[in-house]
Amino acid sequence: MEKPTTVKILKFYPEKCKGCLDCEKACSMVHFKTKEGGDKSAIRITKTTNGYTMHVCDQRGLCLDMCPVGALTRRKNGVVWLDKEICVGCQACVAFCPIGAMRKVDIRIEPFKCISCGSCVRACPEHALELVEVPIKKIKQVVYHKQGV
Amino acid sequence: MVEGQIPVEEYKTGNTDHTWDLVKLQTAHKVKATFSYKKGEVNKGFANRTLYINLTTGVIKEKPVTEDMKKKFTGGRGFGLKLLWDSIKPTTRWDSDENELLVTTGPLCGTTQYAGSGKSLCLSISPATNIICDCNVGGFFGPYLKFAGFDALEIQGKAKEDSIIVIDGEKGTVTVETAPLEEINTHLLSEQLTHMYATTDTDKCRQKVSVISSGVAADHSYWGCLNFSFYDIRRKVPRIKQAGRGGLGTVFRDKRLKAVVVKVENVGGLSNHPADPVKAAAVGTKLHKEIRDLDRYQCNMRAVGTGHLVEIMDAYDLLPTENYRFGSFPKASKIYSPKFYEHFTKVIPDGCWHGCTLACAKTVDGYTVMTGPYKGEKVTVDGPEYETIGACSNMSIWDPLWILEFNFYCDTYGIDTISAGTALAFYMEMYEYGILNKKRCDGLELWFGNADAVLEFLHRLANGEDGPFLSVASKGIRRVKDWIIKNGWGDKKLVEDAGMESKGLEYSEYVTKESLAMQGGYGLTLKGPQHDEAWLIFMDMVNNAIPTFQMKAEALHYFPMWRTWFGLNGLCKLPWNDIEPANNAEMPEPNKVPEHVQNYVELQNAVTGWNVTKEDLILQSERCYNWQRAMNVWLGRGRRKDDWIPFRSMGPVTEMEYMSRKDRYDKQLVEKLGLAHTDVDKMTVKEKMNRLYEFRRNQYEKLADAVYYRRGWTPNGVPTLQKMKQLGFTDAKMLKVIQDTIAADEKKGLNVWGGVYAEGEQPPSSEKRYWETWK
Repeated sequence: MEKPTTVKILKFYPEKCKGCLDCEKACSMVHFKTKEGGDKSAIRITKTTNGYTMHVCDQRGLCLDMCPVGALTRRKNGVVWLDKEICVGCQACVAFCPIGAMRKVDIRIEPFKCISCGSCVRACPEHALELVEVPIKKIKQVVYHKQGV
Repeated sequence: MVEGQIPVEEYKTGNTDHTWDLVKLQTAHKVKATFSYKKGEVNKGFANRTLYINLTTGVIKEKPVTEDMKKKFTGGRGFGLKLLWDSIKPTTRWDSDENELLVTTGPLCGTTQYAGSGKSLCLSISPATNIICDCNVGGFFGPYLKFAGFDALEIQGKAKEDSIIVIDGEKGTVTVETAPLEEINTHLLSEQLTHMYATTDTDKCRQKVSVISSGVAADHSYWGCLNFSFYDIRRKVPRIKQAGRGGLGTVFRDKRLKAVVVKVENVGGLSNHPADPVKAAAVGTKLHKEIRDLDRYQCNMRAVGTGHLVEIMDAYDLLPTENYRFGSFPKASKIYSPKFYEHFTKVIPDGCWHGCTLACAKTVDGYTVMTGPYKGEKVTVDGPEYETIGACSNMSIWDPLWILEFNFYCDTYGIDTISAGTALAFYMEMYEYGILNKKRCDGLELWFGNADAVLEFLHRLANGEDGPFLSVASKGIRRVKDWIIKNGWGDKKLVEDAGMESKGLEYSEYVTKESLAMQGGYGLTLKGPQHDEAWLIFMDMVNNAIPTFQMKAEALHYFPMWRTWFGLNGLCKLPWNDIEPANNAEMPEPNKVPEHVQNYVELQNAVTGWNVTKEDLILQSERCYNWQRAMNVWLGRGRRKDDWIPFRSMGPVTEMEYMSRKDRYDKQLVEKLGLAHTDVDKMTVKEKMNRLYEFRRNQYEKLADAVYYRRGWTPNGVPTLQKMKQLGFTDAKMLKVIQDTIAADEKKGLNVWGGVYAEGEQPPSSEKRYWETWK
């Protein structure tokens, strides 16, 4: 299988964001078929004193080597994907994600994450989100290699 | 060097490939017994039934798990004790037809969110000790057994020919089949059966199969171990964890079992159907994060596993070297954990159950075997763990490759690395003194460090050769002591004191000479000298936190009870204190790791829906601990004389040992025994050793007095009727056993304290039969 060399990740333009959270609502629609957003959204927008910030998976893939059952893979398009049919709900990826982008919500044992589907980009009325293509080797991170000893 | 993010299917170990005609192997099976059962769901951690198989009669049936059983025995090892009690007799020995081999799970077993939740508990009457031996083992079998429908598996009787048991959780069937053509050695057999019973020829399906197996050497030794498999989808091999101690593999092979296979339909995050899945996930995730942030600064388990202990033990004079004569050695740095890290495969989740992020189960892939029948093959070696490395340092083997070789062959031949290593170290010491020699050792040159001879010993054992030495040596230190003494080859006192066994079981790998509490941790145990009941060396020796007998006794009450609790639930002990919260040292009683104890309270409540407190957890353990001791009493052991330990674990047996730590011992003669400096200087080494011997032996007896009292036992170590009733036991047969034993001990004058108390010192109680006034 040909390995992906690039992946699309979300880019955020905070100066354009007005905090309507339509992106979150669109995301929770993808993952949980609800417009609730919030905990059920893989993308989170937070208001700070300096405007808005975005919190979402950057597809670095540190979690890939954590999964004991191979439920996490990098797909053909480079996106880090969790197959919830295979997942055994151990939460290792949730806890080890250095940026907390693998999310867990009470109603389901299997976690969920951004799949770069672009729903949020399309939903944003202010064009504050964009999917940009980046080389995987630039963002890739592996777990515990050369750590410790 | 592996760089990570390699797709699961593309990872290669470099191991030698095997191809087998699985159809031919399976066609040769003859089905001897079958049983169909209604599949059911696990409810709040319990499958609510156990599986009974009799290999002699072919009877297979299920037994219900009652609420009373849960209340009194909790689960796991507790259930095992209850089932054994119902099935064996006081005269049952390891090879009796009615002896059972039990594999149990526990209510928290199979949880994926909390690290270390996949343990199986195995029990049987041990060939080494003739009492109950319990082993806590990883791998997928326990969780799968429960998800297939059973809280415990009970195997009684013996098959007439080599057989396997197949528990198919997909179809809801259990079969006993002959298996004449399969291999016996684990690294091959577990691979054959994993492939044979996987529903489709994929790694995902192979991961849903787990196999228990042993090996050919278990047929000829009392050190037989059980290997529990867990299929690794990256390495594409069934990896293994061992139920090592006490010869359960010997019992397994005596029952003519080649393997037990279990297969599940599905494994998910909620297969245990916890009462409160949100709570279970929250407490588990909290621990995962602690491991992520702190493991590399604490134990470094994720990188090197339990091998990180080697350098610590060496630094504190606790690493057993040359049969525990010394606790450190100039060559020890050759086997420190960085040396094994060079060989370990990196960037693969190494937990022996899903979700164990402490991940101590390291492997060396593509290891080239150096000796024996598999010479030249490339294999995956699981380990080595600290105990295996310590077993080798005990034999003065300082080369990581020879340690891997010993590890590989012990595992695949079905031999416990601890017992084999500790015993061979004793034989080597006897060889050094000329008590044993080449002729008496069937031509083996068992000098310290001779790794070739050690492997040759294992290969001969595997081949079933029965020289006079081999046939005794393979039964362990206790039998060899008797053999040497009977032949008049060595001084009885030296032989008894140097051979590191108690109750017939070999010691695990820590030097306990300077920690009285740890001597009790090994001696005042249920199954024998194994560190899984208490590990108090640092508390006692390094930090001097428990200076009095009473304090030591409290520790030897609390910690064995606490550690027993893991076995009642199907848990691993390591995530309790081999990772600690960052602020643990500032907490009250940091040795108990209070925040983690609270995690376990929450986890048991979250899974079972109970409403327990931390005191209840200890009570759960206390019930089982006392029940097991009482069963040992019923089996004719479990008394003070059975808690005897060899002097090598208490102090210097030889002049060389004394001289190697002369300053330490001389100082103690002054500070602890009250001798004058000038007198000590005038004494011969022999005289000094005698004084130390008497003193330390008496210290141990005083410790036993304090511990028995704290545990609610008689001065002869028998659980009292009052204690058993306090714990809620009403079983008339058991209560009578205890009553009769205590009365018989009374007649023989055995209900008296063992320690000699000087003026101003007090035994734990001055009242005779102090327990009779207990409510």
